[in-house]
Amino acid sequence: MTIIEDILPDQEYLAFLAQGKFMLQQSRSSGRPFFYPRVAEPGTGKTDLEWIEAAGGGAVYATTLVRVRPPNSDYCVVIIELDEGPRMLSRVEGVNPAELFIGMRVQAKIVPFEDQHCVVFVQDAGENPGKVS
Amino acid sequence: MTTDRRAQSAIVGAATFGIGEAPGFTSMDLAARAAIAALGEAGIGLAEVDGLFIGQPSDFLSGLTFAEYLGIQPKLTNNNRTGGSAFLTHMNVAALALAAGEIDVALIAYGSNQRTGTGGLVSAAAPNIYEKPYGLRLPVGGYALAASRHMHEFGTTKDHLYAVVRSARDWAMLNPEAFLRKPVTREDYDSARMVSDPLSVLDCCLVTDGAAAIVMVRKDWVENRKAAYLLGLGEATDHYQIAQMPDLTTSAAKFSGQRAFAQAGLTPADVDVVELYDAFSINTIMFLEDLGFCKKGEGGDFVASGVTGPGGSLPVNTNGGGLACVHPGMYGLFTVVEAFRQLTGTAGERQVSGVDIAVAHGNGGFLSSQVTAILGSNATR
Repeated sequence: MTIIEDILPDQEYLAFLAQGKFMLQQSRSSGRPFFYPRVAEPGTGKTDLEWIEAAGGGAVYATTLVRVRPPNSDYCVVIIELDEGPRMLSRVEGVNPAELFIGMRVQAKIVPFEDQHCVVFVQDAGENPGKVS
Repeated sequence: MTTDRRAQSAIVGAATFGIGEAPGFTSMDLAARAAIAALGEAGIGLAEVDGLFIGQPSDFLSGLTFAEYLGIQPKLTNNNRTGGSAFLTHMNVAALALAAGEIDVALIAYGSNQRTGTGGLVSAAAPNIYEKPYGLRLPVGGYALAASRHMHEFGTTKDHLYAVVRSARDWAMLNPEAFLRKPVTREDYDSARMVSDPLSVLDCCLVTDGAAAIVMVRKDWVENRKAAYLLGLGEATDHYQIAQMPDLTTSAAKFSGQRAFAQAGLTPADVDVVELYDAFSINTIMFLEDLGFCKKGEGGDFVASGVTGPGGSLPVNTNGGGLACVHPGMYGLFTVVEAFRQLTGTAGERQVSGVDIAVAHGNGGFLSSQVTAILGSNATR
């Protein structure tokens, strides 16, 4: 784990993504992971921050299907609740929108976005025995 | 009834202008027309305005622009921006400044030509690197995500959302100013174009032109003017981006409402009409729950029971709301204008009888900023 004295949240987050690492932050004294990256812990202002690698597991917390004009295809946007606690906006790839449900177990994956990267999710097949939430 | 310092003030003029389509006017023209009309109704001259409040769609220094346009030199200008709730935050500052003797006459205004001038909803929301890759359509997508969660946790359905849309439309049909005055049927609702599931175009607020303005003074200035007295006003905010909202099914209206009711020494049972910011159909359900008019999770059944429509026991959005009357980008001030009209008996065919306590509730961002004002008739003075 790296303790960051002069943290540049967006730049460092994106640099980690480029290395294939999806990182969260936490205060060493609070021990509560948070997202999105900041220069101080939300709520306490603590600056003893460190980057921790997210395990990548989570569940779909909320969903919407964005409707677009043909020939483009409608697409889902979701809020994922990470197993570490924080929530983030994302999408679930490889799942038909009609099959997507709140509570679906998902796993993070880093993909290119424009000239940077972003975190998306795929269904965690091993952890979705049925449509339970 | 109340000892809060804010409760030393009253609204003595309220006006709208250009609701629907007002081609040729700039947004500031529209705000100024509403402002002059509100001052005229109050019988107060422009030169007496010493507190000026505004937040225009795309003018981040609109307090300065408005003072210059009107040709006045106010002691206090404020263009706080919290989205559509901004104008109720302006009321908060105005009431405290009036109570402190800092100003004598506060003018609060808003205008937008977004329908005829730009052809689309003007939104100040810009996605950051944590949202941009996913293409959430804002603002509707934020509310759609909240609606999906409300449906998941409480079994809220499209039937419930339709009941909100129907209630608003039924009121609009009684309001000559309203933009959408034709009846809505279940068939219309079920066949409406989906925008961001579970919300269709009929679950979304209108995109219209329009302006609103109110004039606030201390009680000792009211004299024989028509007046709506400020009894309590609470603000609360707990996030900006929807993914950061602590609980997608409970907004900070829970806290703004508690603060406002505590100041007023009242409870939801005392309220005669509710004017709340229905940017999307889910808002009405969530805010009625969060403000305490029904239990959390029961808002859908509450509206579907018919109590919020014409003739119901708790009239809600009696002008037709943002869904059917007017929505020029930011709607908050229109909730206050309609509350004033109901409290002063000037609401025409849609007038609810015996209105002494009204709630005006503003929402901003993506359920992010919540501001609740409780207003009273002359009987509460």
